[in-house]
Amino acid sequence: MKIGVVTFPGSLDDRDARRAIRVAGGEPVALWHGDATLRGVDAVVLPGGFSYGDYLRCGAIARFAPVMQTVIDRAGRGLPVLGICNGFQILCESHLLPGALTRNAHLHFRNRDQRLRVENTATSWTSGYRQGEEIVVPVKNGEGCFVAAPDVLDRLEGEGRVVVRYADGNPNGSVRDIAGICNDRGNVVGLMPHPEHAVEKLTGPSIDGLGFFTSVLTAAVS
Amino acid sequence: MPRVVVDVMLKPEILDPQGSAILGALPRLGFDGVRSVRQGKHFELEVDEPVDEARLRELADTLLANSVIEEFTLQVMPL
Repeated sequence: MKIGVVTFPGSLDDRDARRAIRVAGGEPVALWHGDATLRGVDAVVLPGGFSYGDYLRCGAIARFAPVMQTVIDRAGRGLPVLGICNGFQILCESHLLPGALTRNAHLHFRNRDQRLRVENTATSWTSGYRQGEEIVVPVKNGEGCFVAAPDVLDRLEGEGRVVVRYADGNPNGSVRDIAGICNDRGNVVGLMPHPEHAVEKLTGPSIDGLGFFTSVLTAAVS
Repeated sequence: MPRVVVDVMLKPEILDPQGSAILGALPRLGFDGVRSVRQGKHFELEVDEPVDEARLRELADTLLANSVIEEFTLQVMPL
């Protein structure tokens, strides 16, 4: 099972994402932003970082990278795609996910271990969790404040598309404590916190993040 | 060469923490009487003639502004 991780100019967490995939039992494949091919992968991770220096808006330039045209097309046909932090911003800019990520309400970069509640376990990336399970993974962002129009929020809530919610304090002012959402099919998931930094005891606050990467292995096989 | 000015602002209903921070700083600096500050982005484009305003609006809507949270105004400046 091959999972691609895209490297954009300014990506930071592409190596950690590839490592998390390996720890989970998958085969990580490095993908390059300027290359439209997905090299036969079964799923794609858009990692954290500051693609294109966050110029204009976070993810606004990355969205038009050659690789994203293929990702957008394949995501529409069911390819599992996980966007973490900057990757979530790119998914919103690409309109694969609704809403947008804006400057943290308190204007500070927030970096801490964060408790989350998993509220949707029917996605390609969260099927390994229990409904309502609480996990702790790092969060680190300056522009992680999720916003969307009230009717969009109501639809997300009504359709159970809030995948993870901040459980122990909201680090950035995200509306309704939303930390991550999915598309209507559940194959595209975006979240601000970093599950790839919580896959090994030595370096993470927990190994709670591993479930995202083990879930997709099951999803791709089934 | 024709110059096109695009101003991008957050929609009124979107929280603008940067504008709020500026507003908060003003009384400390002795500038009273300011009720609200909203921060936006200002783009100046030099474009070939003839100016295709519809195409420029498409440009602004595609890249310069994110219509989920922002709105823009576009002006073709007189030569």
